[in-house]
Amino acid sequence: MTNEIVKLSAAEMAAKVKSGEVSSRELVDAHLEVIEAAEPSIKAFLKVSGDVAREQADAFDAKSADEKAQLPELAGVPIAIKDMIVTKGIETTAASKILEGWVPPYDATVIEKLKAAGMPILGKTNLDEFAQGSSTEHSAYQTTHNPWDTERVPGGSGGGSASAVAAFEAPLALGTDTGGSIRQPGALTGTVGVKPTYGGVSRFGAIAMASSLDQIGPVTRTVLDSALLQEVIGGHDRRDSTSIPEGPRPMVAAAREGAKRDLKGMKVGLVKELGGEGFQPGVQARFDEAVKKLEEMGAEVVEVSCPHFEYSLGAYYIIMPSEVSSNLARYDGMRYGLRVMPPAGVPQTAANMMAYTREAGFGDEVKRRIILGTYALSAGYYDAWYGSAQKVRTLIIQDFKNAFEKADVLVSPTSPSTAFKFGEKMDDPLAMYMNDIATIPANLAGVPAMSIPAGLSDDGLPVGFQFIAPQQRDEVMYKPAAALEAALEEDWGGPIWQSMNTPWLNAAE
Amino acid sequence: MAEKLMKYADATKKYDVVFGLETHVELCTKTKLFCPAEVHFGGEPNTQLTPVSLGLPGSLPVVNKTAVDYAIKLGLALHCEIAEWSQFARKNYFYPDMPRDYQISQYDKPTNGNGYLDVELEDGTVFRVPIERAHIEDDAGKNTHVGGADGRIEGADHSLVDYNRAGVPLIEIVTKPIEGAGDRAPEIAGAYMRAIRDIVRALGISHARMEQGNMRADVNVSLRPSADAPYGTRSETKNVNSFRGIEKTIQYEIRRQAARLDEGKEILQETRHWDEATQTTAGGRVKSDADDYRYFPDPDLVMLHITKEHIAEIEAQMPEMPRERRNRLKAEWGLSDLQMRDILNADALDLIEDTVKAGASAAGARKWWLGELSREANNKGVSLEELPVTPADVAEVEKLIADGKLNDKLAKQTVAGVLAGEGTPDEVVAKHGYKIVEDTGAIEAAVDAAFEANPDVVEKLKSGNMKPMGVIIGAVMKATRGQADAKAVTKIVMSKIK
Amino acid sequence: MPTFTREEIEHLGDLARIALTDEEITRLQGELNVIADSINKVQEVASDDVKPTANPIPLEAYLRPDVPETPLTQAEALAGGPKTEAGMFVAPRILGSEE
Repeated sequence: MTNEIVKLSAAEMAAKVKSGEVSSRELVDAHLEVIEAAEPSIKAFLKVSGDVAREQADAFDAKSADEKAQLPELAGVPIAIKDMIVTKGIETTAASKILEGWVPPYDATVIEKLKAAGMPILGKTNLDEFAQGSSTEHSAYQTTHNPWDTERVPGGSGGGSASAVAAFEAPLALGTDTGGSIRQPGALTGTVGVKPTYGGVSRFGAIAMASSLDQIGPVTRTVLDSALLQEVIGGHDRRDSTSIPEGPRPMVAAAREGAKRDLKGMKVGLVKELGGEGFQPGVQARFDEAVKKLEEMGAEVVEVSCPHFEYSLGAYYIIMPSEVSSNLARYDGMRYGLRVMPPAGVPQTAANMMAYTREAGFGDEVKRRIILGTYALSAGYYDAWYGSAQKVRTLIIQDFKNAFEKADVLVSPTSPSTAFKFGEKMDDPLAMYMNDIATIPANLAGVPAMSIPAGLSDDGLPVGFQFIAPQQRDEVMYKPAAALEAALEEDWGGPIWQSMNTPWLNAAE
Repeated sequence: MAEKLMKYADATKKYDVVFGLETHVELCTKTKLFCPAEVHFGGEPNTQLTPVSLGLPGSLPVVNKTAVDYAIKLGLALHCEIAEWSQFARKNYFYPDMPRDYQISQYDKPTNGNGYLDVELEDGTVFRVPIERAHIEDDAGKNTHVGGADGRIEGADHSLVDYNRAGVPLIEIVTKPIEGAGDRAPEIAGAYMRAIRDIVRALGISHARMEQGNMRADVNVSLRPSADAPYGTRSETKNVNSFRGIEKTIQYEIRRQAARLDEGKEILQETRHWDEATQTTAGGRVKSDADDYRYFPDPDLVMLHITKEHIAEIEAQMPEMPRERRNRLKAEWGLSDLQMRDILNADALDLIEDTVKAGASAAGARKWWLGELSREANNKGVSLEELPVTPADVAEVEKLIADGKLNDKLAKQTVAGVLAGEGTPDEVVAKHGYKIVEDTGAIEAAVDAAFEANPDVVEKLKSGNMKPMGVIIGAVMKATRGQADAKAVTKIVMSKIK
Repeated sequence: MPTFTREEIEHLGDLARIALTDEEITRLQGELNVIADSINKVQEVASDDVKPTANPIPLEAYLRPDVPETPLTQAEALAGGPKTEAGMFVAPRILGSEE
């Protein structure tokens, strides 16, 4: 029974809850069972909040039919939360030693919305420390494994959320995406990951990495599930000054429309700069085949050029660490989290306490970025670095504007490679940074983008296909994404995860 | 080590003084600049916080509209250009009382720029102080130093941090370098600070109590050989929190720097501190590249857009400015410059105006506030405002006098009763049964009794020696508990000795 | 073209309040020089006529009404503090010159 339930899409689970076939409590219990069986090999969760989830499920099940009818479609379906998002009463660490044991006194806006929607919270998922990394190996606590091959990384920074959803430990999860942290793990784990328009989902309660790039978004197994979830968490929030003063876009309708697989009249822009050299042949092959599928469904494919994308990685690695260096200053051993006093012989001052706390509490990658960002903002270098990067940002926004004059939606492979082995890129920061080459431009420009599975590469591992839409037009990418998903699943004879070995599900049975 | 000082008169003769003031004014909004935590003076530590003002992970700032309105008001009062687009930046530095370890402050795009303020000196001279900018920023928390002497930071063992003040809105008013002040620099600085205080109070945007830290200033001073020479190196004396302190800081810095320059020593670009106890400034930290604040636009906040309509709306609410008001009241009340200055020095302008508004004559109101009540305030060591008597009370007493219901003596007793907390003047009068005795029968009886008790005095009076009249009046007053009218008593005595 | 010297990394560590170890400084020096080389090229296209973008979505600030909301309790505020005393957070000795 458990196996059957957890393999459903969130929309299907919601339908069964609605019809009374299963209760929210049964959904929660089934997933907690899978979590227990899967975690020893997957390690997606930093904290499982089983009691909280059961309580929330029971509270939902106890509601009257009238009350339930007022709630969003996903009501009663449980969800996992990336540990970068603040949850009242549930330890929140950003996978950093410096926040170990911190129990927030407030909920992020998205958590308030999930609670109001009657969606139980299963737990907090693993990530690269403060969402900084592309493999989840930079977590201070544990390494999350890719369910497709547990010798390999799930991508990052949101490897925990992606693996949890891929391994059926949760039907839905939330991630945060600063340079690809939702989409790249989605690509590497064969799941769907969406980065909404910047400002489309409130950042209040999302622990800041790089404020002008961060965005919370859905992690799911189907395009429709992402649309449903994004409509729950999206919309204006007066506690976030960068929140767009408008309600969520009609994404669910677009996804349902897309399932009809009719893309006549739609122009799909192939971004010349994102693909080819540096992309794994198997990744490129699946991508090209998927583009053909879009054509077969009536879409017109055009090539577009975004000449400034080659500067995006450089601009990103200036803007992001600059904001990181400032956003992470508050972890100073005064108000919450870790405090380490200086060793004997070093003056026991406040300044030294802060320096030793931060030395002990932050991992290598975080320190690397803080130092780089401190440099980029420092006197004498600001104009050459931070100032220049902000100008590149303007140019990239302009590239997108030009491209969207020629095409309704842009496409590219999500990640240049499939899931790599643990340790493979840990000693080469630059190689690690290249993982995000195709996902970063969307963050710099604030446009929405999503990754869906495009099949398996020659190595048997999933490949991600990225759609990018214009600012505040998130629904535009949902239609072709749902269409492509439907067409590919028809070819495969079912969802991509049918090809995945899931020994933990047998154990949970 | 005591610093060498040059005589002030010599120093100002020999060198041209340039100074500047950076004044921090705490705004009296209900909530903080970036979050809805209520602000009030005092209160238990760490109880005026939201996740935002405690700097909790995930929290985000949202700008308080009233703080922006207040900034616009001040900008208008200081004749500033008000920017259509302004921006908040982060000033990055670590300090235990800073919840985010960065301050949010306007940097290269402040709301108010390029204004001026005309200040009036004692002798009536008007000096124009040029204003560079008046920008919005948030305050830090408060450290209490434990284990050292007198709560000072030096020698303390550790500090306790209360973040209640963190996030309270401030406006920092920065002057341009002020030139041409010469030996009147301290006086101009003092007058400027008082003018700022009066303006922000008139605007209702700050309590501007220096003793509570609502207002404080950084004082920059430099000297140069002559007015056409380039600026000399300046010292910056931080957080001076009294008008006298600001005046004395400038005076001291002029004398100190002149002595150094005379000896051929360089002036360090450093931050200094005014020490009230020794009446000197002490050297602090030499400016270095450690002051690298890494300013950048705060990505959590978007551009602040101030429309012409918004400015017009604020402009319509602007009250009369203090200097104009003083001149108007001086004329209305028929006062001399000196009389007006006495009122201002006693900080009694508002009180007198309110008393007049409540129905008293200007002369009557002035007499009470500068006389009896000033003495009382002096004795108690409090300000006039802090006395437990209101302008309405004073106006009521004045009315009782005008109506002939109280004489001077009873009026004073009534005010004493009000000060003692016995209630309003009417209540005090009722409680003690104060009234002028008009019943001549009662007075006559008292006079007769006094005559009987003082036959020698009566003899003298009858012989035309009026000197001991006071003895009889005193006895009558005593008998009538002060309620007799002295004139009436005299009249009866006179009639009886004829 | 910046190259990171040892002294520079140490200075950045001071600014960022991180007590970097000697090994870390050595490693960061190498890594940052490689990273700097690869990102320096942003300057190629950042000409004067290009305006900088701070926020990708052009919005103007929403101004919040000045109305109080329920604050954290003192217990909630202090709950995460590594060291507290008398309702306040404890800081080790602060040097006056740190201001």
